[in-house]
Amino acid sequence: MSLFHVTRRGLIATGTALALTLAAPSGARAQTPPGVLIVGQIAEPKALDPAAVTAVNDFRILMNVYDGLVRYRDGTLEVEPALATGWEISADGTEYTFTLREGVKFHDGSDFDAEAVKFNFDRMLNEDHPYHDTGPFPLAFFFSAVESTEVIDDLTVKFTLNAPYAPFLSNLAYPTGLIVSPAAVAQHGPEFARNPSGTGAFSFAEWRSNEAVVIEANAAYWDGAPELDAVVFRPITDANTRTAEMLAGGIDLMVEVPPVALSEFRGAQYTVHEQAGPHVWFLILNAKEGPFADKRVRQAANYAVNKEALVNEVLEGTAEVAAGPTPPAFAWAHNPDLAPYPYDPDKARALIAEAGAEGAELTFFVTEGGSGMLDPVAMGTAIQADLEAVGLDVTIETYEWNTFLGEVNPGLEGKADMAEMAWMTNDPDTLPFLALRTAAWPDQGGFNSGYYSNPEVDALLEAARVSTDQDERARLYREMQVIVHEDAPWVFVANWKQNAVTSDRVGNFALQPSFFLLLDDVMKN
Amino acid sequence: MTGYILKRLLSAIPVLIGITVIVFLIMALIPGDPATAILGSYATPENVARLNRDLGLDKPLPQQYLIWLGNMLQGDFGTSFALNRPVLDEVLDRFNATLVLAGSAFVLCAVFGIVAGVVSAANQYGPADKAITFAVLLGISVPSFFLGMMMILGFAVTLRWFPVSGMWPIYGERNLAVLLSHLAMPATALAVVATGVIARLSRSAMLEVLRQDFIRTARAKGVHERRVIWRHALRAAMVAILPVLGIQAGFVLSGAVYVEIVFQWPGVGRMLVDAILKRDLLLVQGGVVFVAGCYVLFNIAVDVAQSLLDPRIRT
Repeated sequence: MSLFHVTRRGLIATGTALALTLAAPSGARAQTPPGVLIVGQIAEPKALDPAAVTAVNDFRILMNVYDGLVRYRDGTLEVEPALATGWEISADGTEYTFTLREGVKFHDGSDFDAEAVKFNFDRMLNEDHPYHDTGPFPLAFFFSAVESTEVIDDLTVKFTLNAPYAPFLSNLAYPTGLIVSPAAVAQHGPEFARNPSGTGAFSFAEWRSNEAVVIEANAAYWDGAPELDAVVFRPITDANTRTAEMLAGGIDLMVEVPPVALSEFRGAQYTVHEQAGPHVWFLILNAKEGPFADKRVRQAANYAVNKEALVNEVLEGTAEVAAGPTPPAFAWAHNPDLAPYPYDPDKARALIAEAGAEGAELTFFVTEGGSGMLDPVAMGTAIQADLEAVGLDVTIETYEWNTFLGEVNPGLEGKADMAEMAWMTNDPDTLPFLALRTAAWPDQGGFNSGYYSNPEVDALLEAARVSTDQDERARLYREMQVIVHEDAPWVFVANWKQNAVTSDRVGNFALQPSFFLLLDDVMKN
Repeated sequence: MTGYILKRLLSAIPVLIGITVIVFLIMALIPGDPATAILGSYATPENVARLNRDLGLDKPLPQQYLIWLGNMLQGDFGTSFALNRPVLDEVLDRFNATLVLAGSAFVLCAVFGIVAGVVSAANQYGPADKAITFAVLLGISVPSFFLGMMMILGFAVTLRWFPVSGMWPIYGERNLAVLLSHLAMPATALAVVATGVIARLSRSAMLEVLRQDFIRTARAKGVHERRVIWRHALRAAMVAILPVLGIQAGFVLSGAVYVEIVFQWPGVGRMLVDAILKRDLLLVQGGVVFVAGCYVLFNIAVDVAQSLLDPRIRT
């Protein structure tokens, strides 16, 4: 029985060890400190240089550290002054002259002036610039219309464009247009991306790789010092773990809550925020060949897909049914008279019969995930079922996101009849201009993978791009939406509502339609 | 002995070169490229071509491979596209975290596995054996990521004994107690399956040894049973257990991927998964070569340890 004795002793030792491990964390569960907002992010940022990044995840940090010449007015996608106090546009729409705000300093103490603005755009656009090697700058083409940036005087800067380009102002409000400190770029060179300096409400404090990015209040902020003392951005890639951190009190604000987890946050100690944004989820239909070359079959697909069920059942109410190619978040350019195609399987069957496409075999490209794609596999399966219910024979092919883009972007010809796609943009020009014009077919470098072509739409979009009058642009976009809705080059499915959850210690927080995370007015006790 | 070690080390060189070729080819052949991943929606052919040129990816493949290999031989693993950070810095940081996690899990599974196996064998078909066998079966059957999620729900969200995720708290002191509190759940989740496997194999190795003559001799001459089991028998059984430990060490290291994702542990497994999804070529290649190199070294170390225990192997 001596053996049992040993085992018992072993058990006691084990028990003690366990007890020690259990006792250790008492205190690890301390509350997050007041005045410091802990944000649960979806990934580690790539860089904190606004010209070098492309991900919404990184923009969430950058928008609080930097300012642009202009910004979106709170709660809208309309441009208002920021580092520039005003601007003038020449009659032909090719010269933009900005008056800059006086007395603004970068976090490193250097002055913000016209030279700094010129430095920023030259660095991005001019391959001979001494600091062009701090790139690459993947979204520099947002400003490819800029021919030159000139310093008129300390507080006046003039951009000359090679052609009128209406989205220029809203591109300046996009993170790629945020202004960095030339002195800091000169000091840190390629390391600037990890030692950022801007003019924003918060200044950069610390970046602990794979753990946190910390930013601190800028007391001298030109638009009023922020309420918070500091913000900590924690990368938590797994959505379930992010949800658990929020429930356990490890973070104060969580972005991109998975639809299935929303019910966890019904309690009084949480607030769920929702905001529709400039996002469209749609199906590209191959209008060049196969059954979808017939407009009636494309319309039939729009009638056949039960979009209400998709947004309410599959997406648990985290999206709204889309009516056309322009999301309602672009309030000034969206056509409110446009109603979504109703769910009407009988009408779909009638249209298919009229076109003689009963039992047509369709190949449907579905992605496993990807930026803005929501729940693509479940949505693809539901759409397949809806189309089969009206007599179409749909075969799904599923691809990993990067592979998917490699298949879809060069065009669907010879490969598929339909494909899932989603876009998030900052100007109503971008998506239709890049994905609906005849001149945007894949062989011409665009994203019109379904080969839609309508000269009327082409003319409207070209005219809207060169107009500098917003009302005129709005009229053109509204007209374009009516035609595209009728032609149905896509199945218009959903507009995503971005969501976030805050704890009851956080106040004054609101999501923006731009999907940016602005924290300068947020409070926490 | 030195000759044996040297021979094993030399034989590792072609293995490592093979690994560099394979990982380079895999990353070159899978669809999708870094420029498309970086540009996302804006990946027009024109933009992709320009960015590929900026990233140095417009050169022919053999040339890219040789540049990469040459730089690596000089200790330069390049810079990650997606993290904008030297690959080696990132891999070393991450590997440290994985070593802490996998190392503790390995200690847990080795100690508990061997003890459970020995106790099982010494009480063959007794209640202790049956209880352990049942627990082991349960442990082997639960996937570590599922166990991890259940532990987070139970011990972090409901009971709040442990932090949910991460390796260190965001603010406050960094000491051993704090590390242990972050480590307890992921290390346990990672260790459970390997503990079961080691316990099963230790049990059968021990049973085989316990039937041998020298054990009967030891008992006959009156050696205390505790000493017979833990000294005489276990020592002989270790020759069979050690290779299992080696295999399980590899298993723990690769199983760390799931656990790292669930517990947001900043380890090398999660890094590789993220890097593959973002087509971060240099980080994937450098990370795989580094980890594979560690596997090779670890296997050599196990072989050497085994040859120390059993001189017959050393030929």
